[in-house]
Amino acid sequence: MASNSIKIRAKLQNDVTTVKALMTHPMETGSRKDSDGKMIPAHFIQEVTCESGGKTLLTAYWSGGVSKNPYLSFKFRGGSVGDKLKLAWVDNKGESASEEAEIS
Amino acid sequence: MDTDVKRRILLKGSLSASALGVAVATGLLTPGRLLAAWPDKAFAAKALPDMLQALFGDGNTEEGGDINIKAPDIAENGAVVPVTISTGIAGAESISVIAINNPAPLVASYNLGDGTEGFVSTRIKMGKSGDVVAVVKAGGKLYSAKKEVKVTIGGCGG
Repeated sequence: MASNSIKIRAKLQNDVTTVKALMTHPMETGSRKDSDGKMIPAHFIQEVTCESGGKTLLTAYWSGGVSKNPYLSFKFRGGSVGDKLKLAWVDNKGESASEEAEIS
Repeated sequence: MDTDVKRRILLKGSLSASALGVAVATGLLTPGRLLAAWPDKAFAAKALPDMLQALFGDGNTEEGGDINIKAPDIAENGAVVPVTISTGIAGAESISVIAINNPAPLVASYNLGDGTEGFVSTRIKMGKSGDVVAVVKAGGKLYSAKKEVKVTIGGCGG
């Protein structure tokens, strides 16, 4: 998958870093039908991890109930400006993508 | 040889997600093995106690506590319902988001690392009106809160 399928931003304010990420993904539940009445196979992100400095900040387990082109935001303490963050996802077909960002 | 190259890629890579991605792409690992941590039983569960049992080994929750669910009262488009859960419960280690009337009610479950605040925001799909339930695990106990969201147009298609 193209590495530009993730947009991630991390901003430090008052000791708390807010991470916002947008991923490009169809997030098909597997229970939808196309215009011909055929089932569209499930295709969704199952796991998202975000780490910084070897520490896992957040692990997300998702179902197809998360909206298409998922948005994820969370906050953590202990980050500094310039620290690198890495966000990665894996979907139910084994496809994956990751992206890095610096805390600003 | 091609396979040697693949093996070298696998050996070189640490167990980061990107290395696993390479391993999957080259067919050395199956997705099933890779995603052993994905709680399939919890995602398949229809009833809240079964789901929590599968997720945490405990189906009992305490209502209330300091949990705030930010979601619209009326969602015009069930395909995109912004839901933000925040909690002031000390030592929160996990937050789960459940749309109780969805065909697959468990939407997302988040494990929070050390230093990660009790806050997550995602956009979810809702098939029809119903409660959005947030379950927070802290100190070995489960706390829950809910908020009703009315959906004008269902988001699960058909």
